[in-house]
Amino acid sequence: MAKQLLKGNDAVVKGAILAGCRAYYGYPITPASEIAEAAALYFPRVGGTFLQAESEIGAINMVYGASSAGIRSMTASSSPGISLKMEGVSYLVGAELPCVIVDIVRGGPGLGNIAPEQGDYFQIVKGGGHGNYRVPVLAPNSVQEMCDLTMLGFEIADRYRTPVFIMADGFTGQMMEPCEFPEPREDVPDKPWAVGPDASRIDNLVSSIYLDPDDLEGHVEKLRKKAEEIETNETRFEEYRLDDAEHVVIGYGIVSRILKSAVDMAREQGIKVGLLRPISLFPFPKAPIRKLAERVRDFLVVELSTGQMVEDVRLTLEGARPVRFYGRTGGNVPKDSELFEQIRKLQEEKIHA
Amino acid sequence: MPKEIYAKAESFYVDFERKTGPDKISTHYCPGCGHGNLHKMIAETLDEFGVRDKTIFVWPVGCSVFGYYYFHTGNVQVAHGRAPAVATGIKRAHPDSIVLVYQGDGDLAGIGGNEILQAANRGENITVFFVNNAIYGMTGGQMAPTTLPGMKTTTTPLGRTRENEGLPIRVVELLSALEAPTYLERVSLTDAKQMNRARRAVRKAIQAQVEGKGFTLVEALAPCPTGWKIAPTDSRDWIHEQMEPLFPLGAKKDVLEHVESIPGEPRPFVADGMGEKLDILASSVTQARKGTLKEEDYANPRIKVAGFGGQGILLLGVAFSECGMQAGYEVSWLPSYGPEMRGGTANCHVRISDPKIGSPMVEESDVLIAMNRPSLEKFEPDVRPGGLLLLDSSLIDIEPQRDDVTILKIPATKIADDIGTTKCANMVMMGAYIERTGILDLESVIEALPSYIKRKKTIPMNQQAIAKGAEYVREHF
Repeated sequence: MAKQLLKGNDAVVKGAILAGCRAYYGYPITPASEIAEAAALYFPRVGGTFLQAESEIGAINMVYGASSAGIRSMTASSSPGISLKMEGVSYLVGAELPCVIVDIVRGGPGLGNIAPEQGDYFQIVKGGGHGNYRVPVLAPNSVQEMCDLTMLGFEIADRYRTPVFIMADGFTGQMMEPCEFPEPREDVPDKPWAVGPDASRIDNLVSSIYLDPDDLEGHVEKLRKKAEEIETNETRFEEYRLDDAEHVVIGYGIVSRILKSAVDMAREQGIKVGLLRPISLFPFPKAPIRKLAERVRDFLVVELSTGQMVEDVRLTLEGARPVRFYGRTGGNVPKDSELFEQIRKLQEEKIHA
Repeated sequence: MPKEIYAKAESFYVDFERKTGPDKISTHYCPGCGHGNLHKMIAETLDEFGVRDKTIFVWPVGCSVFGYYYFHTGNVQVAHGRAPAVATGIKRAHPDSIVLVYQGDGDLAGIGGNEILQAANRGENITVFFVNNAIYGMTGGQMAPTTLPGMKTTTTPLGRTRENEGLPIRVVELLSALEAPTYLERVSLTDAKQMNRARRAVRKAIQAQVEGKGFTLVEALAPCPTGWKIAPTDSRDWIHEQMEPLFPLGAKKDVLEHVESIPGEPRPFVADGMGEKLDILASSVTQARKGTLKEEDYANPRIKVAGFGGQGILLLGVAFSECGMQAGYEVSWLPSYGPEMRGGTANCHVRISDPKIGSPMVEESDVLIAMNRPSLEKFEPDVRPGGLLLLDSSLIDIEPQRDDVTILKIPATKIADDIGTTKCANMVMMGAYIERTGILDLESVIEALPSYIKRKKTIPMNQQAIAKGAEYVREHF
């Protein structure tokens, strides 16, 4: 396959199909609509289904159906649409149905605007739907990762029988970068639990009902253990210039790209700073952060929000090191010079201390 | 008497092992409830057509959510009201399956109103059984969308009124206004005569799906003596007297005889020919190559391209990025988006770099290509001292303010007009920039043009535009 210059949103669709996804159900919303548009073009070409559903609720339930039927399926939307899908997400988790859901996060609350934000962290990483559950969340920061993490999302989804979120932002969806596509999956895992048109499957039941309290407690415990297993096996992060760092900046998605530039600027000024980028938001990379806390001075968390992931950083550190926060909202994306300034402030505090 | 008449349908489990409690023989339904009758009619029909093994039931919320206790078929339990959407996902994954949806009145006509309407309108190849007992049975007797006027329920303690709750919804009449559904009938689970009619309707609806004849729905007026707080023996009369006048029996739509039969075929998983199908095959077009940088300062440019919509601003950025990628550089392209769009200009950020690219945003630019006056005014201050400013002097009638940057005034629009189309002014600028900096090999960029401009007719003119832009720079600077 050739290297191709394309938008992150298009890379999601091509990656999904290469991963063996054969059903896309969605509803248009800016800035995620290119995903539905590319899906409308490519899914029928590979013998798959594309359907523009009547609503986000319809779309997520069609995914529930496709997943019950044992095929790899997905949907994508942006923040207000994801809010609507949350009922379905809870059912998908309860019935242990794998799928991939992409959120190209935009500004909120309410209608907000269509510009990039990361205000959906709580909604996606901490739950969103009712009940006790955790779902894996992957946060790409490049077009290549929009493809790669979507593909990985399908593997994780099937491995643990769980929905997987791809949480990106408008910039990562809209920007173009080169992407190298891997070879397609020749087949997809058989799902003996799925319903289907043959006699071997007539005892299969896809359900999230457990009337008996002990049964439900057992089921919830099973889901909790699954989340624990996911924490053990699927934590992903990237480290940048952390070797001799005194200060650590933490950011994910597009913020991590700007932070990289800001770290480079700071390094040129002799400030010893490095970046830790969570690639998986659940599971959150607790271990590397705790390890860093043993040798660094302080942490700066940057988000396109009023401070959501920073809570996880603080919970992880349990007060071991100071944590500063810098956030922009409303679709304003900080410039590298702006973030450099924040890093410089950390350095100043150190000098004054 | 022959034994088989009394034998339980094979589409039922022999024992109801999934049912909670010690009794695995009888159903969980109350005495006099209509679900049992309807279940039996469906199970016997599945037996008759020999389709049990490929049947998948979808059970949303309501008393019948536990239908999977009884049916020895594939079963999927789903959220309240969403069954038609789930069924859509199943049926399209397995068009050769028989997908049955079983919904109550609150589920179908209340919370799931849109899902049923849209599935019916798409003509999904599914069969829906709609149990209308004018009340919410499972949750304990609250008002349903089909509750009768004046009828007392736990949420209409004084009776349903037209003023407050409106009048009951007639589902089959509503759906019969749509083009796609092929068979919609209302039956009543009451006396032997009506039971026979109901059985025929169930059979007809399932047969329609076996033959691939589109969306069918059977609405069954069903007794709920518990919810109605009357004796089971009286509930039959209650349906006759109270419900049937409001919900007239019979087929509201039946075009099955005129519909083409398209039985669903399995959809095998296919993974070949992906490169071609996904447009990701290696290009046969000549690839752009790196040029010889004319000054070291021109390396790793952060470029901003700006102008008004229609000038091909975004395309010019894509062309730079595409050629840069082909030549082996790291590249990124970010369109004007969100707050960036304010101010009436289209712009994009392009980075072409040897090292990996951090932020794709161009805040301070090494190069500004300004194609109209507002763009010049807006972005001129962001050019780094010593940077490069290319402006379209055919359209910009003011002088730049900066004296610490290199300014190249290119009459791009005029050159483009001379070639034959204003639209290639962007490519004139491309040629000018490449000639000035040497970041790409000019000839290869011209040859590679079909890889980044897809409209075949415009290729020669655009190639000429790049050459002319370069020529202008050679001659004037």
